[in-house]
Amino acid sequence: MAKSANKLEIATSPFAHDGLSTRRVMFEVVLATLPLLAAATYFFGITALVVVAVTVTGCVAAEWALGSAQPRGRSLTDGSAVLTGLLLGLTLPPAIPLWMAFLGGLMAIGLGKAIFGGLGQNPFNPALVGRAFLQAAFPIVMTTWSAPLDWSADEPGFFNISPSTLAPPLMRSSVDVVSSASPLGLAKFEGELTEATSLLWGQTAGSLGETAAVLLIIIGLWLGFRRLFDWRLPVATLLSVTVFSGALYLIDGTAYPSPVFMLLSGGLLFGSVFMVTDPVTTPITAKGAWIFGIGTGFLVVLIRVFGGLPEGVMYAILLMNSVTPLIERYTQPKPFGYQKPKPETPSSTSPKGASSK
Amino acid sequence: MTHAGTTEGLPSFSHGVHPEEHKGATESLPIERMPFVSHYVLPLAQHIGRPSKCIVRPGQHVQRGERIADPNGFVSTALHAPVTGTVEAVELRPHPNGKLAESIVIAIDAFASQEMQEPQKPEGGAGGPNGSSRIDGFVRRVQEAGIVGLGGAAFPSHVKLQVPEGKKVTTVVLNGCECEPYLTCDHRVMLEDADKVVRGMRLIMQQLGAAHGYIGVERNKSDAIETLRAALSQNDSQNDSQKGSIEIIALQVKYPQGAEKMLIDAVLHERVPAGGLPLDLEIVVHNVATASAIADMVENDTPLIERVITVTGDGVRRPANVVVPLGTPIAAVLEHCGGLKPEARQVILGGPMMGVAQKELDVPVVKGTSGILALTQPQRVVGEQPCIRCGRCLDACPMFLNPARLAQLVRNERAEGLLSHHVMSCFECASCSFVCPSHIPLVHLIRVGKAMARKVAVP
Repeated sequence: MAKSANKLEIATSPFAHDGLSTRRVMFEVVLATLPLLAAATYFFGITALVVVAVTVTGCVAAEWALGSAQPRGRSLTDGSAVLTGLLLGLTLPPAIPLWMAFLGGLMAIGLGKAIFGGLGQNPFNPALVGRAFLQAAFPIVMTTWSAPLDWSADEPGFFNISPSTLAPPLMRSSVDVVSSASPLGLAKFEGELTEATSLLWGQTAGSLGETAAVLLIIIGLWLGFRRLFDWRLPVATLLSVTVFSGALYLIDGTAYPSPVFMLLSGGLLFGSVFMVTDPVTTPITAKGAWIFGIGTGFLVVLIRVFGGLPEGVMYAILLMNSVTPLIERYTQPKPFGYQKPKPETPSSTSPKGASSK
Repeated sequence: MTHAGTTEGLPSFSHGVHPEEHKGATESLPIERMPFVSHYVLPLAQHIGRPSKCIVRPGQHVQRGERIADPNGFVSTALHAPVTGTVEAVELRPHPNGKLAESIVIAIDAFASQEMQEPQKPEGGAGGPNGSSRIDGFVRRVQEAGIVGLGGAAFPSHVKLQVPEGKKVTTVVLNGCECEPYLTCDHRVMLEDADKVVRGMRLIMQQLGAAHGYIGVERNKSDAIETLRAALSQNDSQNDSQKGSIEIIALQVKYPQGAEKMLIDAVLHERVPAGGLPLDLEIVVHNVATASAIADMVENDTPLIERVITVTGDGVRRPANVVVPLGTPIAAVLEHCGGLKPEARQVILGGPMMGVAQKELDVPVVKGTSGILALTQPQRVVGEQPCIRCGRCLDACPMFLNPARLAQLVRNERAEGLLSHHVMSCFECASCSFVCPSHIPLVHLIRVGKAMARKVAVP
């Protein structure tokens, strides 16, 4: 038989793929953050864009610089460093000095990811590691919130960038903006509840990307619909917060905030859509996802209501990140047809079978 | 994806994937007959189990349909000459599985009529007065006819027609899913030989003493569903004394629904115990084409010497469904279908999910060959990315395994871990590799892992 003129390639099956790539996943999530960035710019002015640009630069710079420390070399093209930078930037207060934001970016990738071996190897959410570093290093800056722009004023101040934002590194540790308490701070320290409508539309003080609840809900639904994350994680987290804060609210409605306020305020929605859903640092198993979400929600309520800080989403997620391997160990899936040891499957004519023995 | 949306709500199994179907090129083409070629190569190992035992010598003249190899044990089967001709050699030849295998090479007798050999009286007197010996006779006939599962696995069919001591079978399920993309041979068999499929089903049910029969067909073959239903009602009206009911079940379009355990879950909503067999649920599964072959054997005394295969893909000039004598080199089959296009880069025996890529085209069509797929743009081995633990492989795995974890255990060579993560439950459907956005060769690693686990499990 004549040999084929075609040079044939061999490989092992399958010879088909659904076409999704890691890069595409990252790209779509990056895309999903852009409406938030636009909203942050609308609420807090051009400074929002500048801060996020700086955190992205910090992350990409760290990824580039520490590439050789990672077993696979640097992976700038997979988009994960850009995404970490975007997410970190969106969790920062609007008036943060830029050098701090840059440092946060370096820490997010360096301390949060590269030292563990790069993409897929890190136990903690890199963006939150960066943010936790900043929170520990610059606690005052990280809790100084500026009020959203007043677009009805003659001079909304869209292009204003405060001098402290541009301060050189290590020279100043406070920010000179008209500070404003966040809704959670108001609730915790003043006992004053912000209206739900302000929370929904984002007309409150807070981190850049966390204030617009409606937008976050839409983005979350979109990402879930596109199956870009495990829907169980955010659903479990939000349900858990609802249940635990609802229980407290039922016990004493004057001492504890309502579940609606808990859900819409602070970084809970942002964290649920973008941080709790990070696949690398959360359980891969379905049952594990539920446990992770329930645990996160419980810790959020615990820290917010009983802790010294007004906000607890970041620490709740980081703490749960640390138990992810443990959760996974105990939630490995049972294979198809797995049966606990039990008597024979009931059959229609078991007496016959029994008698023949 | 074309049909997937319209089939939601129909019964199916959990998890699984929706590869593009690519069946349009051949699904409406009637089965055609492949003309004879000059040489046939018949490996003695064309089925799961021990290879057949060669009973011919080089130089010996054989007639079409004559037995050329005997079963070698119970899980083994016979082999027959697909053409009248002369045994040229019994030697090692390339096998579609990539290895060399002992094969009988037959040169066709160009002047012979290619009549089938006269049916021989089965030795040992089938149909004796004793009921049990009659049943044994049927099982032996199927074994001696060389019939194996034609869905692709090529498991000797007679083994699944013998009810083991102390067991019973209440239900027979025929697999008409053909869930592999591109393949349409079972579809055409169901359309063109629906009555034969139904008669084969009756024979199988009668043999096993099963009261219930189901034929599971995916909804993208609605014409086959209708044809089978018509054939069934006609068959029922002609033989109203028949025992047992047969039902055609339309199923969602989803891969790998043709896997035995998935099919049973889809049709009967029962799950075969892990590590168990359908027999544990008093169920036996056969393929529709196998049922047709069994009917052929009983009605025409025809052994398995040919099968229907689908020749398709964008790398072949004239896609077709073809009846091919076993042993025909795939180069000849492709030639019959207009030949490979110059830009064809990959030739796969079977479907794209579980098939085997071939380096050379001199391997023969064997009993388990369901298709020849020629592709111009092979799935590139793109740069593997790190696992981001997205969990898609867990959601795809029909056996509810954790492919990402298994792959990691394989790379760390942890055989015990593989066993405790149920690596042996994997039947290599490749759904995990299909969905992995990081392009990790998950099913390939798991195959390696199964070999690793076998080594520690055996001693």
